Amino acid sequence: MRVRFWGTRGSLPVALTGAEVRAKVVAAVRGASGRSFNGDTEVEAYVDSLPIDVAGTFGGHSSCVEIEPGGPDHVICDLGSGVRAFGQAALAKHGAVPQTYHIFMSHVHWDHIMGLPFFTPAYIPGNKVFIYGGHAQLEEALRRQQARPSFPVDFAALRATIEFVRLEPATRYDIAGMSVTLKKQRHAGDSYGYRFEAGGRSVIYSTDSEHSLADMKETESFVEFFRGADLVIFDAMYSLVDAISVKADWGHSSNIVGVELCQRAGVGQLCMFHHEPASSDATLAKVLADTRRFEEITRIGAPLVITSAYDGMEIDL
Amino acid sequence: MEIASRRYGDVVVAAPAGRIDHANADGLTAALAPLLEPGAGVPALLLDFSGVDYISSVGLRVLMMAAKQLRGQQRKLGVAAAKPLVGEIFEISRFNLILDLSPTVRAGLERMSPAAVAAYDASAASAA
Repeated sequence: MRVRFWGTRGSLPVALTGAEVRAKVVAAVRGASGRSFNGDTEVEAYVDSLPIDVAGTFGGHSSCVEIEPGGPDHVICDLGSGVRAFGQAALAKHGAVPQTYHIFMSHVHWDHIMGLPFFTPAYIPGNKVFIYGGHAQLEEALRRQQARPSFPVDFAALRATIEFVRLEPATRYDIAGMSVTLKKQRHAGDSYGYRFEAGGRSVIYSTDSEHSLADMKETESFVEFFRGADLVIFDAMYSLVDAISVKADWGHSSNIVGVELCQRAGVGQLCMFHHEPASSDATLAKVLADTRRFEEITRIGAPLVITSAYDGMEIDL
Repeated sequence: MEIASRRYGDVVVAAPAGRIDHANADGLTAALAPLLEPGAGVPALLLDFSGVDYISSVGLRVLMMAAKQLRGQQRKLGVAAAKPLVGEIFEISRFNLILDLSPTVRAGLERMSPAAVAAYDASAASAA
């Protein structure tokens, strides 16, 4: 099973500014001071040795994650702005051969649906697009965002065969060669987390989910939902202190709670996701380092691998 | 959870111990409750964390709720003498930004009240 991230930013897509790119170039050149490079290979090796906040970026597209369970169908989570690039990649790979896309929606807030009007495969007759979710308003929300005056191309212009499928929590579904279950989460208007299992591997997609520290029963239910997963993609948008004070009830969680839940559930890897749009690459790199340290000093049992999602990141399970 | 406490002037120093996590955070809440009540006669509360080995998010929430309650009554809450590991947890969770942290109990008292420091020093001198 392979997981590929096409959009990892929370709430709103962001783009690097010229000043930020310049700062990265300055840091890279400063780091190369006194070095000599014998050809492009050595230059590229040097660049590859630099941290992501210097040589790369966490990226700016809103939520879209691809899961490759191994079959012919495509599986993605959420229709954030990242789905545009996913669609282009799918077209480049498969050309005019009709494809089937299974799309699992966490919820229908703007940042999780804004990519659909730019998802080219949905415009191509012959393609099949199944859109799954726990919300009754799923179809209404997606049609509405393409209605006048919000967008110039109506939903009716999507000529692929599109089917909406309402899923119920705590029910096991067999979809695209995977076992799929979903769980209602604490978020304005509700959101749903998914557990995907195939070939002895399991992935949790749990974004836009606030965890009430006062509700032990709810906490235990998430520990069970995460139990033994190989990978948990987790909404770690805020610091803990923000998540339970000034940003309480905003519907998001923290790196600390992610580590604690995953440690108790015996998870293999925690991947922090839905990054705060105001956070710079340097800030996100610091959060990653801090979270790895937190896992180290609070470890119970086997180590929990900590990663932070970036656009283009791939995880093989 | 039982918390040993002692008054120095107008500050009460309370000392929780062990791990503060999902298993006993409610116990900490219950133990602190009498000290947080408006009529408790505790103008300021300093938590001596020298005996605390670990604090989880649930425990941190208890501290935040206590600080919020005292602040609403124009009373103070401080945390002192945290072990290095617990200090790291405060920093990583960013609780260091909202808690009044001091390296020692004496330093914590110094930040809160001259009278409390004097009482603490007198107590230390008589113990010696």
